Amino acid sequence: MSTATQTQLPAATWGVDPVHSTAGFSIKYMVSTFRAGFAKVDATLDTTGDTPVLKGSVDPTTIDVKDENFHAHLQSPDFFDSERHPAITFESTAWRTEGDVLVVDGNLTIKGDTRPVEARGVLVDPHEDPWGNTRLGVTLEASIDRSHFGITWNNPLPKGGLALANDVKLHVDLQLVQA
Amino acid sequence: MKVLGISGSLRRDSHNTKLLRAAGDLLPPGVELELWEGLKAVPPYDADDDGGDRDWSLVSLDAAIRDADAVLFSTPEYNHSVPGQLKNALDWLSRPLKDSPLRNKPAAVVGASTGLFGAVWAQAELRKVLGAIGARVVDRELPVGLADDAFADDGGLTDDEQQLILADLVTELLAEAEPSRIAA
Repeated sequence: MSTATQTQLPAATWGVDPVHSTAGFSIKYMVSTFRAGFAKVDATLDTTGDTPVLKGSVDPTTIDVKDENFHAHLQSPDFFDSERHPAITFESTAWRTEGDVLVVDGNLTIKGDTRPVEARGVLVDPHEDPWGNTRLGVTLEASIDRSHFGITWNNPLPKGGLALANDVKLHVDLQLVQA
Repeated sequence: MKVLGISGSLRRDSHNTKLLRAAGDLLPPGVELELWEGLKAVPPYDADDDGGDRDWSLVSLDAAIRDADAVLFSTPEYNHSVPGQLKNALDWLSRPLKDSPLRNKPAAVVGASTGLFGAVWAQAELRKVLGAIGARVVDRELPVGLADDAFADDGGLTDDEQQLILADLVTELLAEAEPSRIAA
């Protein structure tokens, strides 16, 4: 598959294929990298204007972890505070390509704090699927500091240092279907 | 609106229970303080006993927390940490975490001791434990040291600055509780 430039995208609105789209993160925890994703992912892409506008959200209560007590702690004010902040959202403010790299700037809101982020990745050309739909692919990664979003929980290690890193890498793979 | 007060001290003339009452006197009209006094009866946490009907003391504690808009803890300090019986009760309340009555519950911590430091380490540890359980913990402390001489005849704190800090802390706790009350 080849990547597309902004001018190659047809003017349309695109909705997410929630089954084949994923959003997650990775973060260093003690001695390895912990990865998790969110089951409920929503996104739209509007290519009718001068600049494509990508909007997306995940439901933090749908985070996929293997222990119910861990899941409960992640929903608490120590982490996502999902009672008061039921969605993590993103809305793009700029969209460009640098060679084969798609660069999307936007505002990311986690736990009520909104900050600008730059996401880089790949845009895959619109393709016809077996059911007569047109779909395109967007893969993006961005790095954030969780403490900037008020997520500061940590645990000291016995011989110094902290268990959980502040740097978080976000990963999004979207299949978007033309409306 | 109701604030539940939980003292970490079992002693009849506890300074920490006095501190809760002092906080209660600072509550605005329409907000009441209810002291929960069943701590001594809480059985030791044993996973083998967890899963069936719980002791009445735990049923009472669970209901009292759910019924309150916020919880104010006052803790003494034993060996630089939280008294075992209070920690034991919190361990019960944390099982299972997703059903804990403290989950998303606004909570604040104060403390008194007869020494100089006013249970400041115990307060920090208690805030950490409450955060781990999922409470909405106010990031403030009030270490009341030299507690034998800390209370006036009217029940308030003799130190004006500490009395102000207690009032501020209570105000912050109520502000934290307000969205929960509206949501309910």
